Amino acid sequence: MTDYASRIAYLERIKPTKIIIWTLLFLGGIVMVTPLAFMISTSFKTGADVFSLGIIPKNPTLENYIYIWTESQFSRWMLNSLWVATFSTASVVFFDSLVGYTLAKFTFRGQTIVFIAILSTLMIPTEMLIIPWYMMSREFGWIDTYWGIAFPGLMTGFGTFLMRQFFMGLPDELIEAARIDGWSEFAIWSRIAMPLVVPALSALAIFHFLGNWTAFIWPLIVTNSPELYTIPVGLASFNGEFQTDWEIVMTASCLATLPTLLVFLVLQKFIIRGVMLAGLKG
Amino acid sequence: MAEVLLENINKNFGKIKAVDDFCLQIMDKEFIVFVGPSGCGKSTTLRMIAGLEEISSGNISIDQRIVNNTHPKNRDIAMVFQNYALYPHLSVRENISFGIRAQKLPKNEITSRTLEAAKILGLDELLDRRPGELSGGQKQRVAMGRAIVRKPKVFLFDEPLSNLDAKLRHKMRVEMKKLHQQVQTTTIYVTHDQVEAMTLADRIVIMKDGKIEQVGSPDEVYHKPNSQFVASFIGSPAMNFISGTLEFLNNRNSLICDGGEMIDLVDWPDLVGSKLTMGIRPEHMELKTEKSSKVINTVLDAKVSVLEPMGHEVIVTCDSNVGEVIGKYTGNTKLKVGQTIHFEFKKENIHFFDENSGKRVS
Ligand SMILES: Nc1ncnc2c1ncn2[C@@H]1O[C@H](COP(=O)(O)OP(=O)(O)O)[C@@H](O)[C@H]1O
Ligand SMILES: [Mg+2]
Repeated sequence: MTDYASRIAYLERIKPTKIIIWTLLFLGGIVMVTPLAFMISTSFKTGADVFSLGIIPKNPTLENYIYIWTESQFSRWMLNSLWVATFSTASVVFFDSLVGYTLAKFTFRGQTIVFIAILSTLMIPTEMLIIPWYMMSREFGWIDTYWGIAFPGLMTGFGTFLMRQFFMGLPDELIEAARIDGWSEFAIWSRIAMPLVVPALSALAIFHFLGNWTAFIWPLIVTNSPELYTIPVGLASFNGEFQTDWEIVMTASCLATLPTLLVFLVLQKFIIRGVMLAGLKG
Repeated sequence: MAEVLLENINKNFGKIKAVDDFCLQIMDKEFIVFVGPSGCGKSTTLRMIAGLEEISSGNISIDQRIVNNTHPKNRDIAMVFQNYALYPHLSVRENISFGIRAQKLPKNEITSRTLEAAKILGLDELLDRRPGELSGGQKQRVAMGRAIVRKPKVFLFDEPLSNLDAKLRHKMRVEMKKLHQQVQTTTIYVTHDQVEAMTLADRIVIMKDGKIEQVGSPDEVYHKPNSQFVASFIGSPAMNFISGTLEFLNNRNSLICDGGEMIDLVDWPDLVGSKLTMGIRPEHMELKTEKSSKVINTVLDAKVSVLEPMGHEVIVTCDSNVGEVIGKYTGNTKLKVGQTIHFEFKKENIHFFDENSGKRVS
């Protein structure tokens, strides 16, 4: 009886506005998910079935996966991407927060100028930097090396700015207390300041990792040999000049998405908090 | 255990002179309190002793050693901040031991000293909690624990109790005093609260606009304030002030008030002709409901305007022909608003200050 009554009450609470909102969200969801669904479905199709629009493959097969894993260098590209993204994320977490901390908690001559210089890098689009980066890499012999792929992302203006803002909110007394207690400036940074900005730090790390994972133009330009390709570059290399094996491209894309998905699933809580903290869209 | 010597300390922030020619010798084991209104330079002075702020000029010595350019960690001091500055991500145990862990002491020494400090402050049960799980009073105690575990030469406290409610503040004040009696470390304590200053200090340093107004024991600053500022700052409710000129009229000394009113002064010093401010503390205004027949004291007639019963005493605000005056009354007779009363004050309880300089005369 009571169950029935509560159900009625529940239904009565569903207002027309809610129905409209739900419908819109549902449609939005479909628009977002459909391409993904096709990607997954195509990865299980045979070459002949690629252009049949059914979501369920007619002759489901694992051949594409086997092909990619055995015939292409995909696993190598995956490791390349993982290595470059991890390395540059670690570097960003370390250096951006170190510089951000220094800008926030010390006063020194030329501080404002340094800060403005760092801020102004935020206004320069990556595309504009590619030519100078390339010339620099050629000069130093960094072309076709891991270092060449990674170096532009080892420190970011955005991360420095973000970390500075968070360190500004840290009470000076915490730092002064540790200083009186005899800890070195580096120990104060690593033992007191860093643990207190972990939410901001993890947001920065996640965004940087994902950004690096999907980076395309620079790795494409700086690498020549297929052994050094990162995943996006490798994916593009599947596009032939005259024809493209879509089932292979889609399979590789599926595999490329997996780590990202994993990051999201494991760190969901941090990502949502991070987005709110940084006031950004993911 | 150490003496702290401050010689002609100055501190400028750009054009602001935060501390102005500060000279003070703080004895070994002394509990000294800097008190004054907000912005008078108390924290700046303390921070200069700690080494967190550079001095513009002068000398600071701790234990006979000049420390002007010594890094805070090498001054052998411990500081407690107003907002406690506890590390939120560390447990109480880690917070307390953080300071001695930097000194690379043997592990068992760190443990035993942490436990000892926790015991002194009654924190034994809370060692595994985080600061976020503590009450204000407990946080305060952890902050003190962090200081005493270091066994420094000097304790520096910057308004350590001002974030606590009145009741807890009194309790912690008592604990602070006990602690000092127990460890006997030289202590410099900053507060804007004159009650804290009076109750805790061996000597009080009253500051105003970066300068020392008076240094003295609580008794001295209460009974013999150097200036009108000190007189008004120490004591609650504040001292009553009446300004006027001292004249010799009709064979007796009279204070001719600025409003033209006249108070007969019985037995007064020889200051005829000076512009003066007379000060009497509320607790020294002896309240009489009937005028004495024999005039031996100075008398001020007044009319009750507000009564504030406090239980053991009543604070009486009155209108008189020299303006509003406040007295304290502990008698049994019920007073009524509008009633005419008479305040008598004895010579030894009256303070005279020069009206221009505010300095004490006589
Ligand atoms: N870092 C600073 N920069 C500029 N002015 C300061 C700084 N610190 C303190 N002051 C100024 O110095 C004066 C004394 O401050 P402070 O010592 O904090 O006073 P108190 O602790 O007695 O309230 C104030 O006028 C304050 O504005
Ligand atoms: Mg202060």
